[in-house]
Amino acid sequence: MKKKVLAFVLAIALVAALAIGLVACNQTEREVNLQAIEKENIKIGLICLHDENSTYDANFINAMNEAVENLGLNKETQLVIRTNISESEACYNAAVDLVEDGCNIIFADSFGHEDYIMQAAWEYPDVRFCHATGTKAHTAKYGNYYNAFASIYEGRYLAGVVAGMKLNEMIAAGKFTAAEAKMGYVGAFTYAEVISGYTSFYLGAKSVCPTVTMDVTFTGSWYDEVAEGESATNLINRGCKLISQHADSWGAPNACKTAGVPNVTYNISTKTECPDSYLVHSRINWAPYYEYIVNSAINNTEIAYDWTGTIETGSVIVEDYGKTVAAGTEAAVNEAKAKLIAGTLNVFDTANFTVNGKAVTTYLADVDTDAAFAGDTEAIVNGIFKESFFRSAPYFALQIDGITLLNQAFGN
Amino acid sequence: MVTNIFKKLKTEAPFHIVKRTDIPRWKKWVIRLVTVLVSLLLCGIISSILKPNSFGTFFDEMFKGTFSTPRRIVNLFQETAMLLCIALAVTPAFKMKFWNIGAEGQVLMGALMCATCMRYMGGSVADPVIIIVALVASVAGGAVWGAIPAIFKAKWNTNETLFTLMMNYIAMGLIAFIITVWVPSGSGVVGIIRYGQFPRLGQYPYILNIIIVAVLVVIMYIYLRFSKHGYELSVVGESVNTAKYIGINVRKVIVRTMILSGALCGIAGWLLVGGTSYTISTSIVAGRGFTAILISWLAHFNPIAMVISSFLIAFLSQGSMQAASTFGFGGSFPNIITAVFFFLVIASEFFISYRIKLRRKMNVEGEEIQPSKLEKFDNSITEFFANIENKIFRLFTKRKTKTVADNSVAAVENECLQIPATSQTDDLTATIQNSDCAEVSDKEVQE
Repeated sequence: MKKKVLAFVLAIALVAALAIGLVACNQTEREVNLQAIEKENIKIGLICLHDENSTYDANFINAMNEAVENLGLNKETQLVIRTNISESEACYNAAVDLVEDGCNIIFADSFGHEDYIMQAAWEYPDVRFCHATGTKAHTAKYGNYYNAFASIYEGRYLAGVVAGMKLNEMIAAGKFTAAEAKMGYVGAFTYAEVISGYTSFYLGAKSVCPTVTMDVTFTGSWYDEVAEGESATNLINRGCKLISQHADSWGAPNACKTAGVPNVTYNISTKTECPDSYLVHSRINWAPYYEYIVNSAINNTEIAYDWTGTIETGSVIVEDYGKTVAAGTEAAVNEAKAKLIAGTLNVFDTANFTVNGKAVTTYLADVDTDAAFAGDTEAIVNGIFKESFFRSAPYFALQIDGITLLNQAFGN
Repeated sequence: MVTNIFKKLKTEAPFHIVKRTDIPRWKKWVIRLVTVLVSLLLCGIISSILKPNSFGTFFDEMFKGTFSTPRRIVNLFQETAMLLCIALAVTPAFKMKFWNIGAEGQVLMGALMCATCMRYMGGSVADPVIIIVALVASVAGGAVWGAIPAIFKAKWNTNETLFTLMMNYIAMGLIAFIITVWVPSGSGVVGIIRYGQFPRLGQYPYILNIIIVAVLVVIMYIYLRFSKHGYELSVVGESVNTAKYIGINVRKVIVRTMILSGALCGIAGWLLVGGTSYTISTSIVAGRGFTAILISWLAHFNPIAMVISSFLIAFLSQGSMQAASTFGFGGSFPNIITAVFFFLVIASEFFISYRIKLRRKMNVEGEEIQPSKLEKFDNSITEFFANIENKIFRLFTKRKTKTVADNSVAAVENECLQIPATSQTDDLTATIQNSDCAEVSDKEVQE
């Protein structure tokens, strides 16, 4: 009997607590009132999914240090970096904690951070929140929440040119025939950002080595050193002559180093650690964007909801050639780069690839993220797939001929 | 020759382990407190090895990361509450000696059910209704996931450790699959589900979670300590034969207890999705299902003690996360810190329950050889600590204590007398233990 009474009382208490809460919380309206911030009052909070050990996050952290220096900010007092913030409420906690710590520009670096950053942005309308790789700012229009990305597919294309040159050199040296020229690619997920990346890399290689094919395997994680290493080794064992990757650990570079297979890296150079296998790396340089948002805050000018960095803004970088690159590589890359800037060369020109043997003439990209994940914008204009044009984050998700997916990974 | 060596090694092991019965309660707590302090000290030393001169600032950061703002305090209690909730969930099972390693999976199933309710009912039904329906669904999800291995154990005596462990991976696989159905774009990110989120009480989130778990602590304390069910499951845990002898339906108790354990895990999943993350992923439980097992054991299955142990773990992990972020130690640092803590605390629990006795060497005639240097060292240390303990004890109680030897015998007797009063499984097991104690004290006296 005592138990029943107790259970009853507790249940009542619970329901009452719920009811009170429902009355207490009801937010629909808010006013965004962004002010100009004086330079010495700028305080940036950087939220990273992992830490410097991840090539992806290291890229954001290094660029931030560079930008802070360029802007003449004090690294000790005007920059707070929070590492190992998972894509969960931890991101919201970190963001609001940074705001309470006095930060007035918050930047988060991982796709899954987006909803939690938006939650924080909604609660703090006087703070600027920026997010890399996200997709929702241009439809949500919060007034203080912005997305950014770069046309990294162009950088990947150029890195692909380096790979193609290397394959040509190996073919010429008689190491394998032109028909055997196969590359391997370690991806994280079967997701537009990755698909766009490996496809542009492949097209770059194909532009100089027409017989090249590519195997792609997915690890199902953005950061899994063991899986990435194993995937690279598997690809090498399947006859891949060159490896590139879109995953964030040192797994693939180290596997290539062990196997003595040329490697095109992403985000960081492994030139000193893997001198014999490293060819080149492509990466997004986030420093121009950081400088852009800080200057926008200082001048109180509007930040674009969807900012796309390009080769011209200095956001897309292919550099630091390894000692084993083929002769003439740099000249070929510079030529292609000039054409990309001039607009005479387009990476996703539908004349350069086919899907199931046919040229693609129309593609509805899912630019405005919605629950149904349905396409809403025609991406092919005048025979060119306009990547990172309608939105900064990539949306190219076609599976073109010449690339074989060994597996697929859609969720973690 | 070789066998001879083995024989020699076997028969003349340099030490053996004896159960301790002579430590008074206050002394146990002093040992525990000292262990916690020592482990913190060690963590500080690890920090200063990684980054010179960070010994002081390490503790600074530890406290800054947990107590410096109201929000951080709320986050600390939220993490405590989540660990505590799962620890409470596994407790009845472990008290029954049912090795439920499957809390992770049971929480995941609760979380999945909650996310499903939020996703499919959102927009068409009012939020309070979703919250309550999600609670029921989560409890059901967790309970089913807990009941399956229990039924197999009860019917076919399958190994519950392996079974529950494997169920974790099935739950993870199931969630990974459902995410691919919900998010066909391939990003693997479900994102915040807008509907059915717990209301925010006051300025900070998670307050409701903390209140709910606090209520659960009280309920579980009452359930384990005063209810018939709680009594039955602890008898089954002590001895299945005893339970059978006094007419307890063991199978029924196993299944019932695991349903309870799974249901509580389901509540944890409900809190994690509805009140914390508002999303679902395979990593949403983040290993808490395993940490909670240690918390439950450390607290000797006492819900009130679990509040302390889970709070300490939450403090260490949150605090060291802050330190790691500030000093650039990397994501593994909090794990190292909690590992050091667990290692030392479990070791201290071992030495509270057992003592290592060095074997006296005998010569061929069976006479005792003079104690070795090592033994002398051991004895002098024991004496040294006994002296300190006596002094501390006097300081606190201002009572004259007996000599160490008298004290130990007296304490054994005391413990023996106390057992029927403190133990739940009074009559039957107590009598058994009583006779054990009697033997021990006889031996001690003879020595």
